[in-house]
Amino acid sequence: MGKIIFEQLNETLYHETLENGLEVYILPKQGFNKTYATFTTKYGSVDNHFVPIGEKEALKVPDGIAHFLEHKMFEDEEGDVFQLFSKQGASANAFTSFTRTAYLFSSTSEVEKNLHTLLDFVQHPYFTEESVEKEKGIIGQEITMYDDNPDWRVYFGVIENMYENHPVKIDIAGTVASIDKITKDLLYTCYETFYHPKNMVLFVVGALEPDPIIKLIKENQGKKTFKEMGDIKRIFDSEPFEVAKKKEVLRMSVHTPKCLVGFKEKNPNRQGSELLKHELAINTLLDIMLGQSSNNYEQLYNEGLIDNSFSFDYSAELGFGFSIIGGDTKKPDQLVASLEKLIESFVNTPLDKKVVDRAIKKKIGAFMRSLNSPEFIANQFTRYQFNEMNLFDVIETLEELTIDELEQKMKEHFDPKLFTVCQVLPK
Amino acid sequence: MNNEVKQTQVNGINLHVVETNKYKTNTIVLHIKSPLVKETVTNRALLPYILQNGTERFPSRQEIRSYLDELYGATLSVDVGKKGENQILSFRMDVSNENFLRDKSPLLEEAIKLLADIILRPSLEAGVFKPQVVENEKRNLKQQIQSIFDDKLRYANMRVTEEMCKDEPYGLNVWGYEAEIDEITREALYEQYTTMLKNDSFDLFVVGDVNNDEINQMVQNHFTFDNDRKPNSVQNDRQPKTDIVKENVVFEEQDVKQGKLHIGFRTNTTFNDDDYFAMQMFNGIFGGFSHSKLFINVREKASLAYYASSRYESHKGILMVMSGIEFSKYDQAVSIIKEQLESMQNGDFTDQEIAQTKAVLKNQLLETIDVAKGHVELLYHNSIASKSRSINDWLTGIENVNKEEIVKVAEKIQLDTIYFLKGKEE
Repeated sequence: MGKIIFEQLNETLYHETLENGLEVYILPKQGFNKTYATFTTKYGSVDNHFVPIGEKEALKVPDGIAHFLEHKMFEDEEGDVFQLFSKQGASANAFTSFTRTAYLFSSTSEVEKNLHTLLDFVQHPYFTEESVEKEKGIIGQEITMYDDNPDWRVYFGVIENMYENHPVKIDIAGTVASIDKITKDLLYTCYETFYHPKNMVLFVVGALEPDPIIKLIKENQGKKTFKEMGDIKRIFDSEPFEVAKKKEVLRMSVHTPKCLVGFKEKNPNRQGSELLKHELAINTLLDIMLGQSSNNYEQLYNEGLIDNSFSFDYSAELGFGFSIIGGDTKKPDQLVASLEKLIESFVNTPLDKKVVDRAIKKKIGAFMRSLNSPEFIANQFTRYQFNEMNLFDVIETLEELTIDELEQKMKEHFDPKLFTVCQVLPK
Repeated sequence: MNNEVKQTQVNGINLHVVETNKYKTNTIVLHIKSPLVKETVTNRALLPYILQNGTERFPSRQEIRSYLDELYGATLSVDVGKKGENQILSFRMDVSNENFLRDKSPLLEEAIKLLADIILRPSLEAGVFKPQVVENEKRNLKQQIQSIFDDKLRYANMRVTEEMCKDEPYGLNVWGYEAEIDEITREALYEQYTTMLKNDSFDLFVVGDVNNDEINQMVQNHFTFDNDRKPNSVQNDRQPKTDIVKENVVFEEQDVKQGKLHIGFRTNTTFNDDDYFAMQMFNGIFGGFSHSKLFINVREKASLAYYASSRYESHKGILMVMSGIEFSKYDQAVSIIKEQLESMQNGDFTDQEIAQTKAVLKNQLLETIDVAKGHVELLYHNSIASKSRSINDWLTGIENVNKEEIVKVAEKIQLDTIYFLKGKEE
């Protein structure tokens, strides 16, 4: 088992690639009661067009199937896996994002049993026509719940504006109509293709000793056999450079309008340290431009264009990326006009070294804070791993950012041609 | 594992310190408590937002924020909450432990000093809060109140509480009332502020790799009140148990796609009662978890909903059930939920369900104290109630509950109000 020590942070990470291809990471956390484990496949809502394992022809699957599969994994011949976890004092959950499906538990006792349960249920698909039909009612209500949620609608609305073809524009859960097309056989096809250990990462963090944990994992995996597996072939249609739509307005039952603006990523093919640097740079720039200590925030706030809900974020994966800015506002069009103006002037003004240093300090503090959370460490480490980056390189990368790099990146990213707006207005 | 809590009284503040080395940051939380009162609820809701807008040393919001960034991105957030029939104003800070940074300048005392400044030395003009600040925060509060309407789950939760507790302080909205905001004067706000300093109960929590004596000294030095504090121990009266003669059923229509069914029950059991742990067990078996009766029967068996759960507010003794359903499934969902309560009252649950629920409740508690802010919230229950329970009391309390006790608390539970938010008739 490999071992990496991060001295400044006082953390030690253990790592091993198992014979079947599974990547295992273990991070002991002293003083914590709980252990938290995630078992994640590099498979999310965007992987809707691919060549199934053992086949030659590509297949397009219904929208929402990765998320549907996540729901159905919790059922086996014996019934509901939640029941088993709670008998063992654990709380279990799962989530599906654009690019990942993660299964997880946390517990303060019976960690070994719970780890076995996690590995076993995710590696044991069991679907019947009947149970698939039943799930359609439950997920249908989940979709309807999000349909009524204006924050969700405006967020996905702005992403949908950006993309012409890329499946990131499709809602992760699909629609009531699309999930109706899901069958037991399609679920097995997706499962066989994407749930191979070679496509997965197991991360265990918390009150634990690494040696017995890796031993348990190896024993568990050693007992199972998996088909030979080559590289997964995913198919993505080419995506134009420009945004698909400049503006969209949704009408909903709200009192205060919601307004988000976004910038579509120009070069969504970065991976590894290049992506890490880019992501940290754009987020630092957003903070300098619009953070609570900026003049711009002060101005927008005093003009009554934003309130405490105002926020911003940049995120990127292989194939897509975007920054999204906004919140609740009484004057959505005026907010858009002000943002356009201030972003343009920001991009054309040299950065102040003092302000940059302060923003980087803030980012370092925020990263330290997030290391208090086993959930953050496991989920983010896995995400970084799938993008060939290392979570523990964050502080060093932040400290190495130069003003020149930041200035070059801000000119590239905040390009008016890649700007789009989505608003939710009262009916 | 060190979960010991050291409690002292410093300058009229209840100070709680948890010394632990498991975090990379230190957490500071100040809760300010006073009874919920219709006349002052809106004014008080404005106060924390106004106070974070400037101090004598840092006269504007922007200067405070810049200073926080300088302190390696220390965070400061304010909030208003309800615990039982109290309105709680909260200030939360989190600051890096410099031992993990290359730059070793001490950060914690600076953070405590800043918090003390925010509470005690606000930036003023002509002896009251600044006009621009008050205008901004009034506008903000209006939008805050409106945002409840925009989030249908929160809205339904507020409405069921309002309908159920019409004549009780608990029915008040802690954010106050939009219609009252325009009338509030700067003078009235400042008066409210001085009353807060004089009469409200202050609980200050510090969690992290800290030293209790040093923290006591810092609080002593920085939280200096001009006058002696006389925290008001007045509580809203606890309502005597009233028999609910008839279920209160409220339907409301809005332009929505999913129905929000919220049902309020009176449990007649609170944090101060001996059967509190039995009530926690009841809630766990009935609707608190994904192995609970509501999840199994409303979601898994009948496929009616994505979520169906219950939440117990232990200081008021209210249990809320919530589920998002199709409009046409109202009758079926209500009858399944009622059946689950009846089955609890009839003792129709197994030893396995009891064991499972004990395991997850204990797990939940131990996980809560892994998060500094979670630990603080747990400790704060003791300050709200008249009873003090340690983590160990809690763990043994849960372990010792038996089936008869759960049935007994179940029998005391009465359905009070059914609230259903549904779509408009076409």
